[in-house]
This record gives sequence, C-alpha cells and structure tokens, in this order.
Amino acid sequence: MLIFTLRRLNLFFFTMLLLTILSFSLSFLFPGNALINVSGQINASPEQLILLSESYQSESSIVTQYISYLKHVLSGDLGLSMSSQTPINVEIADLLPATIELSMVALLLAMAIGIPLGFIAAIKHNKSADSLILSIAMIGYSVPVFWLGLLAILIFSIIFPWLPSAGQISLLFEIKHITGIQLIDILLSDNIYKWQAFQNASAHIILPACVVAMAPGTIFIRLARSSMLEVLETSYIRAASAKGLTFNQIIFHHAIRNSLVKIIRHVGLQFANLVTLAMITEVIFSWPGIGRWLIDSIYQRDYTAIQSGLLVLSCFIFIVHILTDFIYAALNPLARDSKHA
Amino acid sequence: MVTLVKRAKPINMMTLLQKIMVICLLLGGVSACNQEGTLTLSSKSIVYCAEGSPESFNPQIITSGTTVDATANHLYNRLITFQSKDNTISPSIAKSWHVTRDGKMITFYLRKNIAFHTTKYFTPTRTLTADDVLFSFNRILDKNHEFHSVSGGNYPFFQSVQLDSLIKEVEKINDHTVRFKLYRPDSSFLANLATDFSVILSEEYAQQLAKNNTHQQIDTSPIGTGPFKLKEYRVGSFIRYYRHDEYWQGKVALDQLVFDITPSNTGRLTKLLTNECDVAAYPIAHKKIIEHPNLTLEAVTSFNVAYLGFNTQKAPFDNKLVRQAVSYAINKKLIVDTIYSGQAEIAKSLLQSASWAYDNSVVDQVYSIEKAKELLKLAGFEDGFEMDIWAMNIQRPYNPNALTMAKLIQADLKEIGIKVNIVSYEWATFLQRIKQGEHQSVLLGWTADHPDPDNFFTSLLSCASVNSGSNSTMWCNEAFDDLLQKSLKTTNIKRRKQFYSQALAIIAQETPLLPLAHSKRYQARANNVKGDIMSSFGGINFLTVYKDEVGKE
Repeated sequence: MLIFTLRRLNLFFFTMLLLTILSFSLSFLFPGNALINVSGQINASPEQLILLSESYQSESSIVTQYISYLKHVLSGDLGLSMSSQTPINVEIADLLPATIELSMVALLLAMAIGIPLGFIAAIKHNKSADSLILSIAMIGYSVPVFWLGLLAILIFSIIFPWLPSAGQISLLFEIKHITGIQLIDILLSDNIYKWQAFQNASAHIILPACVVAMAPGTIFIRLARSSMLEVLETSYIRAASAKGLTFNQIIFHHAIRNSLVKIIRHVGLQFANLVTLAMITEVIFSWPGIGRWLIDSIYQRDYTAIQSGLLVLSCFIFIVHILTDFIYAALNPLARDSKHA
Repeated sequence: MVTLVKRAKPINMMTLLQKIMVICLLLGGVSACNQEGTLTLSSKSIVYCAEGSPESFNPQIITSGTTVDATANHLYNRLITFQSKDNTISPSIAKSWHVTRDGKMITFYLRKNIAFHTTKYFTPTRTLTADDVLFSFNRILDKNHEFHSVSGGNYPFFQSVQLDSLIKEVEKINDHTVRFKLYRPDSSFLANLATDFSVILSEEYAQQLAKNNTHQQIDTSPIGTGPFKLKEYRVGSFIRYYRHDEYWQGKVALDQLVFDITPSNTGRLTKLLTNECDVAAYPIAHKKIIEHPNLTLEAVTSFNVAYLGFNTQKAPFDNKLVRQAVSYAINKKLIVDTIYSGQAEIAKSLLQSASWAYDNSVVDQVYSIEKAKELLKLAGFEDGFEMDIWAMNIQRPYNPNALTMAKLIQADLKEIGIKVNIVSYEWATFLQRIKQGEHQSVLLGWTADHPDPDNFFTSLLSCASVNSGSNSTMWCNEAFDDLLQKSLKTTNIKRRKQFYSQALAIIAQETPLLPLAHSKRYQARANNVKGDIMSSFGGINFLTVYKDEVGKE
C-alpha cells in the first residue's frame, strides 16, 4: 500500500507540475500584457504595476517567473477577476461547492440507476430486457446535454409545472454561506423555514442533476453489464452454482459484490466527464457554479479567471480521480500490487 | 483472494446502497410536498424578475431606467412626489411647501418622525431633519463638498436640468424647514425635485462613513427612508430587500422583496411560467401570457412619443401645406396596429392623455387621402414629389421598429403620389447627421425625464433646441417660444395648462412634426399579486403590493 500511495503522489506531483506550467504559459499566450493577464489588475497605476512586477518577478528569467507564479498559486493568490475585480480565490470558493454538490448528486443518481439496470441487463443476457436496456443506454448516451436540459425544462417546468427551472433555491430563502453546499448549509442554518428551504433546494436540484446524470448513467449501465457478465463467466460462480446455491444467492452474495469493485474503478474517470456536463448544465439551469462562471469568463475575455479557473477545476478533478483510485485499492487488494500508476 | 474481497466489501457496499436509497427517497418525496411548503413564506414575499443589474444604489448618480426601477422607490423618498393617478405633485417627506410670489424661494415643511433604515452597517440615532435634505442637495450642488466626487462626481440628471445654475442656496430655517433660493423662477423645478433622482440620503450615515473613511459606501450600501431596506446584493444575481418596519407611511404588506436579475428574455418568461417569479419586467410573448390562466399582462402608457419630424428649413417641407398633406395621408392606426401590435396610444399631440396639460380639444390630422390630395394641390405639388425618410435601425422604447414604420409610411404616401426613400445610418452617425440638419424628414421619439410637459416642448421644438440639436424639425416659432417661457414663469397649473393648450394648437396648425404613437411599458404578473406596481412615470413601486393567496386556488 505504501508503494501504491507513493506512486499516486508521484503521479499527482508531475501532473500538477504540468498543469501549472500550462496555466502559467497561458498568461503569455493570451493577448495583452502577461503580467496583467496573470494578476488581473487592469486598472493598476504605474506604481502598482512596478510592485506587481516585483512580486511576480517579471523582469527575471522565465524559470524564476514560473517559481514566483507557483508561490502565488500555492499561497492561494490567483489574481483578481478582470471583470469584477474581486479576488478569484474568493469567487471560486463561493462557486465550486455548488458544482461539487450538483456533480455529487448527479453521480449518485447515475450510479443508483445505472448500475442496477446494468446488472439486470447482464442477468437477462440476450433477452428482450437486455436489448431494451441497452437501447435506452444508447439513446441516453447520444442525446446532447444542452438539448436534454432545454427539453427537461420544457416538459417538467413549463408543460407540467412540477419542478423549478432555474437556480439553486428559491431566492426567498436566505441561507447563510457556510460550506457552500446548499443542502448542508440549509441543515446547518437556523432559518425558521429550514425544512421548507430544504424541500425547495431539493426540488431545484432534481432536474439539473438528472440531466447531468444521463450520460454517465448510461455508461454505468454498460460497465455494470459487462462487468457482471465477466463475473458470471468465472469459475467460482460456476462452482457456487454446482454446489447447489440458488440463483438469488449467487447473484446477491457473490456476483454483485465482485462486479461492483470493477465499476468503482471507473467512477473517477466518469467524474471528469460529469463535471464537463455539469458546466453546460449550469448555464442552462442558471446554477450558480464554477462552470457557468467559467463560461461567462470566456465570453467576457476575463483571462485571469479562465487561467485560474481551469487550474482549480482540473486540479479538483484530478484529486477526485486519485481518491477513487485509493478507494478501489482499499477494496481490491489486487490493484495495490499493480506495477503502473 | 475472493474471500479477501468479500470481507472488505459488505460494510462499504451496504452503506453506499443505503445512502443511495435514502437520497432517492428524499428526492422523490420532496417534489410532492414542495408547493405546500413554500406557501407561508412566499405569501409575504415578491420575486421580481428584473432585466438587468443596477449600476449603483443611489439614483442621484445615474439615469438608467433599470437602476431607477431597482432602487429609487424601495429605498428612498423624495421631498415631494408625483401622485400616480394624475401625475400632479403631492407631498412626501415634505408635508407641505410654499412658493413665494416671484417664484424664487421655495420653502419645504418636513414631516417629523421619519425614520431611516436600521441595518447591520448603520443604526440611526435620530429621525430625518433638515440636515439630511441639505446634505442630499449640497452633495450634488457644491463641488467642494466632501461627498461630491465620491463615485465620480457625475450627477447626469441634475446636470441636464442645470440645477446648479438654478439653485442659489439651500438654507436650513429650523430642524424641519428647508428653503431653496433660486436665481430665477422655474415652474418645472418642483417636478425635477419630484423625480426618482432627487432622493434624500442620511447625513448621519454620511458622517459615520466619513469618520471611517469609507465614503464610497454611501452609494453601495444605501441608507434611506423608503419602505424597504437593503439586506443583500449579489452582483448579477439578486437583490434582497426586507421591509422597513418603522416606515413613516405605515408598514408595507410584504416582508421581503427580491429582485431576481435575469437578463435573458426567455429566462424571464420561463421563470414567470414556472412561478419562480411573481412579476416580470418587459415580457416577451404577450399572447402566451394573455392566454395563460394564471398570468396577467399589464401596460401603462409611459411618457414618451414617437413622431415623424419634418425638416422645416428644407424644401418642400418649408411649406406648411405640404407638411399637413403628408400628415393627413399617414394612417396612424395601421402603424399602431402593426408596429406596436395595437398596444400603444395613437398620438393626437405631443402629450398623451395621462399628462395634466393634455388638451382634448386639440384637433389632429385624421387620416384622409382626399384632404391630403387637396392640400397637395393647394401647395402646387399636384403630381407629387420624391422625399427621404430617415429611420434608425435599432429598437428604442418609443419605437420598436422604425424601419418597418418607414415602410408603412412609404406605402401610405404612395397613395398621394409621393415617392419615399428610406435612409438609415448607424445610431451615433444618425443622430449626428440629424443635428446638422441633413435630413428631409425623420422618424424619431422622445422619452420624458419627468411628467412636466415642458420637458416635451422645450426639448423638441423650442428655438434654443434648434441650436442644441434636440430639435430635429429646425422649427423656430417665436409665439410658441413665448408661450413656453410664460408657462415656466408661473406655477398656476390652470394658467400653465392654458399656455400649453395654445402651444399645442400652434403645433397642430404649423405641423412641424406629426406625433404618431405613445408606446406602453409592459409587465407581466401572477394573478395573485395585487396592487399597483407600475405608474405611467418613473420607476416601479411595491408600496401597495400584496399577495392574495385565495386567488391562487
């Protein structure tokens, strides 16, 4: 396990190195002054510019500049947003939790629906239920997310007024920002309308979460199906069946547990996909997350925000990826011995 | 190995599955009970879907309608205000006022016990006094005032009405009496003080800010005397107002007023249809809203006018008869039906019927081809002629589509043998060239800053405005100008009305321009929202608004 951990940390270190180099070089690749791009101080006076130049060492060699950039990033200073002139780390701290919330709920939803369906398809292999589930998965995977989002609003908000179409919670509820994850914040708050607020926030998350969950959910169907099929082919299942165990006993005691382990491994990969989908969905559902913020920044040519936003987002996805790897390793001792990260 | 795996998994998997189950149940159960749940809170609150973010929380330093809507009537009061019914000036912070005979001194007697907002950032120790009034106006007038240059030192509305060259001094007589001394009498002065821009700020709050050296906050963290106080503002997202419990006109019915900032037209419509906002500004898809059983589309005639202006210094429009002939040949009803979808008032004169100076007896040119032909014959243009109409290619509040309007006029004038060419330029160039008088005729309009009729006459048709460039007809009539001056020198509404009636008659007679339409301002609301929000002039107001929950069932 120690070697496994070291290997992952090693991977983390080098990936971060590459990411920061990329993000650092972006300030030179974007139009305009590199120093202003990296700091976001568009209204700086000449004196302030000299101070900035010293702090980012923009007169020194490129390596020194990179190191001073790293120092700024590590100390949490990501510069100012060019459009709003507020520190980017503050904006990100405000918005990232909302994206995490949406992605987590969507991930749980995708797993809760996708995996059982995949198992059913595998158990009914080559029967009509199997082909039905597979075709649903294929359709779900092919539907573009922005279209699905608009369709969902049209059907479930406008034609049938069941669910709200925009935002994280009705603006009438005043919820203090504690963790940033709305559902948790509501439970922590002392608002007298706490329970109503919780219901309202849950109603708000259903549509966007379902839309985000659609594509990953269909992937989970296929993963669960193939992994279950693989497990059902193994010799220990045949042995169990030869011992006279009932079908249910075989599935619930042996097959499901073993095939789940294989799926866990893909959760990390799917998470990156999920966050990308969440960014588009945030725009459609006016979800106050980092994706909408990043897309707005692109529209407004807010280079500092784009640069830092990309760094934080990719860093976040990578951390999740490594965490799922650890979970997988904890569940599956075979993985710990694998030679390659 | 298999056993190892087995031992590690059961706990993990079970808890995971349990969690999933719990969340599914929660999500499933929630939607059903949701509507009932928000009822108690939402019955005392209004969500207003606004079209944009305010630039500031102080109307003194802005002119944009969006900012006025979002701030003026909720946070502040003025000395005097417009009564919404007939737009006459009525008391507000000042319970009464007195104008001296020469019109140069105006004394305001302030109400006592008007409380300022108590918020997290300010706790007032006294009620409103003359000092607050002095502070609010001196900030604008006195260039050396400590707060004058905070937020840039620009007060666009007050600069445009030249308040600094009108007010000699603002004097405190006692704690609840203020006197304005003017250089010359000006009967639109009171109207200017009653606009949404002339708000009263707290002097005590300003002192506190000055002490902490945070002057800037006076415009971003507002303190006023209005029916609501600012609780929270998130840029580009929402404004949250809470009720001001010590409001001097009595508590308002709403606990909370939220401005949901939704710049997208379809976004506002969706939120309205899904009940996420109670009232929406500038709605699209009017038909859909009218057909919807739970929604109401409202409109008020706002103080604007769209007109066809003739360049009276260019042939053939230097001839009064030609101007009249063209006026008779234009079918205003068709224009209103087509361009404004029938949702505008057909303009009889520059003033709409809501103005106090409106005179019903003024005769306008009723559509008549025969009369037009007759007049053309009289003018010696029996065989018609060729003319240019300038039309802008952008949408304005008073004219949603000038180019199409020009095409309709083109078709109308063809009937009397006039061939029309339509000319258009980019907006800034367009205005610049009109200023220089290059046009023959132009489709333009005017939105008033306040309901005093002078704002229409002086800006559009006076001799002075020919030079300043806002008079696109280049028309200068001494008798007309004389009437405007006389009207400004008196404060007697009846006499002013007589003067303006005569002025309107001169316009109808001389026809320097042909008023076409007074367009409306739209708003959509859920049926359970009661009370007046829009008035025909100025920003929206939630003072009398409440929710009728029975109506919802």
